[in-house]
Amino acid sequence: MSFIEFKKTSKSFGPLTILKDVDLAIDVREVVVLIGPSGSGKSTLLRCINGLETITGGDLIVDGISVKEGHARLREIRQEAGMVFQQFNLFPQMTAAQNVAIGPRRVRGTGKAQAREEALALLAKVGLADKTEHYPSELSGGQQQRVAIARALAVKPKVILFDEPTSALDPELRQEVLNVMRQLAEDGMTMVVVTHEMSFAKQVGTRLLFMEHGKITVDGNPRDVIENPPNDRLKDFLQHVH
Amino acid sequence: MQVDWSVIFDYIPQLIAGAKVTIYITLAGLIGGVIIGTLGGLMRAYGGRILNSIAFVYIELIRGTPIVVQVMFLYFALPVLANIRIDPMSAAVLAIVVNSGAYIAEIVRGAFLSISKGLNEAGLAIGMPQWKVLLYIIGPLAFRRLIPPLGNQFIVSLKDTSLFIVIGVGELTRTGQEIMAANFRAVEIWTAVAVIYLVLTGTMTVALRTIEKRMRIL
Repeated sequence: MSFIEFKKTSKSFGPLTILKDVDLAIDVREVVVLIGPSGSGKSTLLRCINGLETITGGDLIVDGISVKEGHARLREIRQEAGMVFQQFNLFPQMTAAQNVAIGPRRVRGTGKAQAREEALALLAKVGLADKTEHYPSELSGGQQQRVAIARALAVKPKVILFDEPTSALDPELRQEVLNVMRQLAEDGMTMVVVTHEMSFAKQVGTRLLFMEHGKITVDGNPRDVIENPPNDRLKDFLQHVH
Repeated sequence: MQVDWSVIFDYIPQLIAGAKVTIYITLAGLIGGVIIGTLGGLMRAYGGRILNSIAFVYIELIRGTPIVVQVMFLYFALPVLANIRIDPMSAAVLAIVVNSGAYIAEIVRGAFLSISKGLNEAGLAIGMPQWKVLLYIIGPLAFRRLIPPLGNQFIVSLKDTSLFIVIGVGELTRTGQEIMAANFRAVEIWTAVAVIYLVLTGTMTVALRTIEKRMRIL
């Protein structure tokens, strides 16, 4: 069984259908890059995986647990599936180290000293060993996003979901975040990434999905798909992104 | 009639006793009001349809009726309706609890909902249950935004205690009226009463400012 399995998954907000009978299986160690025009359902698809959006049809299994099994099981899924947001969403009243430590402390029940030690190690890993006592407001966007990645890693997830992690960043700050993501992929982390970064898709992605109108219409090797788009709409889309 | 400020001195003990009753009603009432208000506000902001509706009806009922009517209802109508007899003091405290609770609920709801939804999601996404997200992340942030409007409500509630004159609670305004009835020194006594209210509300303002300053405002 695959690690993440969409089974005829649908999501609608009232009369508005965002995802239409999506079937998709993602295995461990895959780096899936999800692209598509705005409003195509990429973010919604991602947010269904950790239950930030409730699916309205079909089923969705993550690490053997259905997102429909209730709050307690959903929390288990969320500990297995970390998320990195476009707007970072760091807790502003906490330092970088506290932001990273709160997950282990309040979710895994790790002791204060150990949670802090782990947090410092993770911040060092994302290149922020010298910023551990800074508040988010004192960090650049790229640094904030790297703290957010460390925060997601702290709960020891098996997959990390990235929701346009570089879209809110100035171009010169994107690379530092992409580098951390590339490192994660090299370490064998399973990743699902909604992004417009085609070079990242090509170099790091193991699989590329193109979404339109709530459906996955292209699913293939990033390099192949980007160089020879199998349909005109993807071709058109790629021209606009580049 | 000549104004003679020295008459105030004769009545200071009596006025202070009245002020103590006012302080007691206010403090007891607001402690209850903050508890009810926090609960009501969270029900409004995060409760399901049923909890939300209960809180909504409570808030609208209280905000839509005058506090004098509320305390009259508690003191005079409740004994008839439910055979519950309460003394004026309890009725007064209860009226402040119920009344300030409704306003505080709206303050709490507003403060919590003003915190970016993304922070709530970030907390949930690391696997925290909703109550922990509220307690450790949203709560502390909301609390800072809560203080200015809460201070406002505290002052309103303190002054509202003067209305309990209608059920004969011996608070500050009632005390003033009783002294007046004995000596007809309107200018002196009502000035003294007003000044005591100002001292009480002023103390509250300073206390809240201090709390506000001691926290990192975000």
